[in-house]
Amino acid sequence: MSIQANGLTVRYGAHVAVRGLTLAAHHGEVLAVIGANGSGKSSLLRALAGLVPHSGSVARRPAARIGYMPQETAARAALTVFEVVLLGRLRSLALKVATPDLDAAARALDEVGIPELASRRITTLSGGQRQLAFLAQVLAADPTILLLDEPSSALDIAHQFQVLTLLREATRRRGLTTIAVLHDLNAAARFADRLALLHQGGLLAEGSPAAVLRPETLRQAYGISAAILAGPDGCPVVVPTGVAA
Amino acid sequence: MSEAAAIAAWRTLGARRAAVSAAALAGLAASFAADLATGPALLPIGAVLRTLAGINDDPMLAAIVLQLRLPIGLMAIIVGAALGLSGAVMQTILANPLASSYTLGISAGAGFGAALVIVFGAALPFAQIWAIPTAAFLFAALACALVAAAGRLRGATPELLVLAGIACLFLFQALLSLLQFIASQEALQMIVFWLFGSLLRASMTKVAIVATVLAAVSPLLLRDAWRFTALQLGDDRARGLGVNVDALRLRAFAAVSLLTGAAVAFVGTIGFIGLVAPHIARGLVGEDQRHFLPASALLGALLLSAASVASKLILPGTVFPIGIVTALIGVPFFAWLVVRGGAR
Repeated sequence: MSIQANGLTVRYGAHVAVRGLTLAAHHGEVLAVIGANGSGKSSLLRALAGLVPHSGSVARRPAARIGYMPQETAARAALTVFEVVLLGRLRSLALKVATPDLDAAARALDEVGIPELASRRITTLSGGQRQLAFLAQVLAADPTILLLDEPSSALDIAHQFQVLTLLREATRRRGLTTIAVLHDLNAAARFADRLALLHQGGLLAEGSPAAVLRPETLRQAYGISAAILAGPDGCPVVVPTGVAA
Repeated sequence: MSEAAAIAAWRTLGARRAAVSAAALAGLAASFAADLATGPALLPIGAVLRTLAGINDDPMLAAIVLQLRLPIGLMAIIVGAALGLSGAVMQTILANPLASSYTLGISAGAGFGAALVIVFGAALPFAQIWAIPTAAFLFAALACALVAAAGRLRGATPELLVLAGIACLFLFQALLSLLQFIASQEALQMIVFWLFGSLLRASMTKVAIVATVLAAVSPLLLRDAWRFTALQLGDDRARGLGVNVDALRLRAFAAVSLLTGAAVAFVGTIGFIGLVAPHIARGLVGEDQRHFLPASALLGALLLSAASVASKLILPGTVFPIGIVTALIGVPFFAWLVVRGGAR
């Protein structure tokens, strides 16, 4: 276990977004959090990152460094890509930027494969490029735990593939623990080692993609009827066939 | 681009931005010299510089330059810098390019404070020359505190703070109108003149007070420069990067209230500098706040110093109120900037 939530509850006023959820993620794995809109995915991630008040506990190693990437929003700042990535080092940045911080930023840009965009204004990038830049920002901090809120939702299919592949590779290579909220069930099945399916703030199912993506669980979580097919490499493919009665 | 090339490119960009600020500084020096040379008597720049250096023994010239014009010229620079810097911080923490101490009612608060003393101040045991700036400063701080308190009530989102600022503007304008309504003829005239904004009330003591506030607050703001830069990416991302966003906003508000309060206390309401200086700075040096904040201060100083020169040249023999000049010259210039920016 490298991060574990125990009986985690998140409330916004009278609304309970996450109720008594217990979930663990491990070293070197990608855990995809899936579920319908409003099922508590983002709140779970924010609570794990320590950004919203919650009850219950979140346990992690004292030396753990969390990299949190919120949902994509339009960036209006007059900053270059390099500056955005450098901000990942915020905790150590001084007025005169130290060499280790510069090196880490340049390395992260390289790692996500967009070093040629370093001097471009962030506002001039496409959605896919911007998401890669923010991924580099999170990686620049040398995190041990990655918490990513819909890292691929706004992207076309090629960029989605690129971002998720990169994420899985970085997780293996750096030995990270990665928890990502994903909307695309087939992408989740393909790129994640394990899935956690949320329903009304609680954990409905957890385990391998094949164990979680079943017609019964999908009907309960999303209100759809679906066929589960076997994909070319054996991972399950979800084909919605209608809205459940 | 290799890793080394990316770093080198960024360093070059930093050097270019520093050069822009250096050019603004040179422009400021030129404008300052021109400010000292212009007035009812036009003086040769060389004589002005010699007087400043203390190698001129014409007592008349020395009196004009050192006693009459130097406080005004310095006040323009210090107040311009304070307004430019406070505008830059406001626009950053509120994620809104229209934010400034003027548009968010802080200057209006100062105006109300000044008017309060002008109307009822005779009863106070202080001389009006100090009571008016003190009240202006305190009410600027009060306006800031009101806006910040509104933010504390319901999570300090930028939208809510901007709304609170605009409400604050209307509140103090209404209170000011009320005072004007009940004021005597003489008091009314004084209020109106105070609201125009004028550098003519400057003295070296007042310059020193505003300069002290500026010197004390600037390093504190610069210490947060990277956190301000992170805030440009939105509250959520800044929090994820480790910024305590609410505390940062509150801290920045306190700094802004000190800067604005000190700036407007002695010279009256001067709008526009706080809005337009950061706007130009953003275009020139981007929003890395280590460059953006100093550049905004420099450009604010340059703009107000140039306006001070212009205020004496429009109608020879007359010094126009500086607040009127900054708006009359600034608005068309600003419109041109915005239109040009939109066309790009």
